[in-house]
Amino acid sequence: MDGEVGMQEEIDRIAAQLLAARRDGAPIPPISERIALGQDEAYRVQLAQVDAWRREGRRVIGYKVGLTSRAIQRQLGVDQPDFGHLFDDDVVLSGEPIPAGRFIQPRVEPEIAFVLGRGLEGPGVTVADAIRAIDVAVASLEIIDSRIADWRITLPDTIADNASAGAVVLGTAPVALAGRDLRLTGGILRRNGRIVHTGAGAAVLGSPVSALVWLVNTLGRAGTAVEAGSVVLPGAITAAVPAEPGDVISADFAGLGSVTARFAVASAD
Amino acid sequence: MSRERIIATAAALREAERRRTARGRITAAEWPDLDVETAYAVQRALIEARLADGERRVGIKLGLTSRAKQERMGIDSPLTAVLTDAHILPADVPVPLDRLIQPRAEPEIVFVLGRELAGPGVTAAAALAAVDHVLGGIEIIDSRFLGYDFALPDVVADNASTALLVLGPELVPPLGLDLTLEAVALTVDGEVTATATGAAVQGSPAEALALAANALADRGESIPAGSIVFTGGMTDAVPLTAGTVVSAEFTSLGSIHLSAG
Repeated sequence: MDGEVGMQEEIDRIAAQLLAARRDGAPIPPISERIALGQDEAYRVQLAQVDAWRREGRRVIGYKVGLTSRAIQRQLGVDQPDFGHLFDDDVVLSGEPIPAGRFIQPRVEPEIAFVLGRGLEGPGVTVADAIRAIDVAVASLEIIDSRIADWRITLPDTIADNASAGAVVLGTAPVALAGRDLRLTGGILRRNGRIVHTGAGAAVLGSPVSALVWLVNTLGRAGTAVEAGSVVLPGAITAAVPAEPGDVISADFAGLGSVTARFAVASAD
Repeated sequence: MSRERIIATAAALREAERRRTARGRITAAEWPDLDVETAYAVQRALIEARLADGERRVGIKLGLTSRAKQERMGIDSPLTAVLTDAHILPADVPVPLDRLIQPRAEPEIVFVLGRELAGPGVTAAAALAAVDHVLGGIEIIDSRFLGYDFALPDVVADNASTALLVLGPELVPPLGLDLTLEAVALTVDGEVTATATGAAVQGSPAEALALAANALADRGESIPAGSIVFTGGMTDAVPLTAGTVVSAEFTSLGSIHLSAG
């Protein structure tokens, strides 16, 4: 690479490839097979896409935290999570049919989502600050998707690809945190009525609140505050299940109700 | 099938346990056509020998309660094994590694039956109605077969790898408890290694109990009142080596902490 100018060009080129892959539903080979991107450069690729989407009129409504389970961190050889941006049009209603062609290779995972009642600005945000800022916890299913062929991702690949964000289905029974132990809040993931996985909040960095703290402190070090009203997906409580056209994937959570992602049957065209 | 052969096979398994010597499959060489029904006769002979030594029957445990494992083994109902008082490890006593071969720990939901449960025809609802109390538990399994390499009749004969059982601190009445959403977080050396809910056990631990009662009825047995029932591993089992510290935290059933000595 020929200095910073060369790197900026490379970052813009990769961002353009990822934007096109997402728009056309055509995945690209792993970026990491072509160029060694550091974490910072990978986030710059992500932010270049976020800027492009904002120019298209999409609005950031929150964040997702990824790579929060020990199993997935081991698999990718990392010891910390990553984050991506969520946009207004990423939010799907529970039970609303999701067009088959909307994603490339979707997978679904259950999460205990947060909606912030007040903004949080790191660094230096504590668990106590985070708990006080959470307005409600709500059942959710995250639809993850990769613009990298066959999910052959390394850490920089997924960071550059907006942390493999796809969409989010939010439940309809928000609850306050008081008196609730999210570590030991259980959830069951079902695909077409059959149990696929079970898990609990402790699978998310020990507690979903820890993921929120990590997020706001990481964003804060880059000078970004998380606004009141933001939706935060802190990470999955179970492994993900692949979604095929026609699948109905649902999650039940103790005390948080249920949420359903319904994938439309593939259309002929 | 001779009675002598059953007793000799049971004695060989007990000897493997006593000597802490893992062995090959029974079905590999000495008894290739051992079937599951006869394997239960071996298990019974094993337990009779333990009772003859003064141990007391305290309950049963279920094995292979995850549907994925059942499909791999080609069965549609859990295995059952018999628990005696010698299997119970008191709270805060280190796991005696010097008595075990290749121990692994798994968290379970445990029932105490208020009345006898006798199949056939037991439903999950009827099974749950016979439950007086629910507890958290950790089961320490220890196959007498090298590397846990066994076929279905082997593991049945080996009392479903039963070794030691730890009971949680709280007796909770089942009323109002949703066992399918009762969660556990399994922590090994301070790190969460697995989480699950009761739904991982045959869809529901009550379903597992009903299936076990019905399977026992096929062999002319019931589950007596007062029995404790370990309903099956909620997560994969984790290996225990010297110094390993394992915790199982349950939503409503308290926490259990174990150290391997």
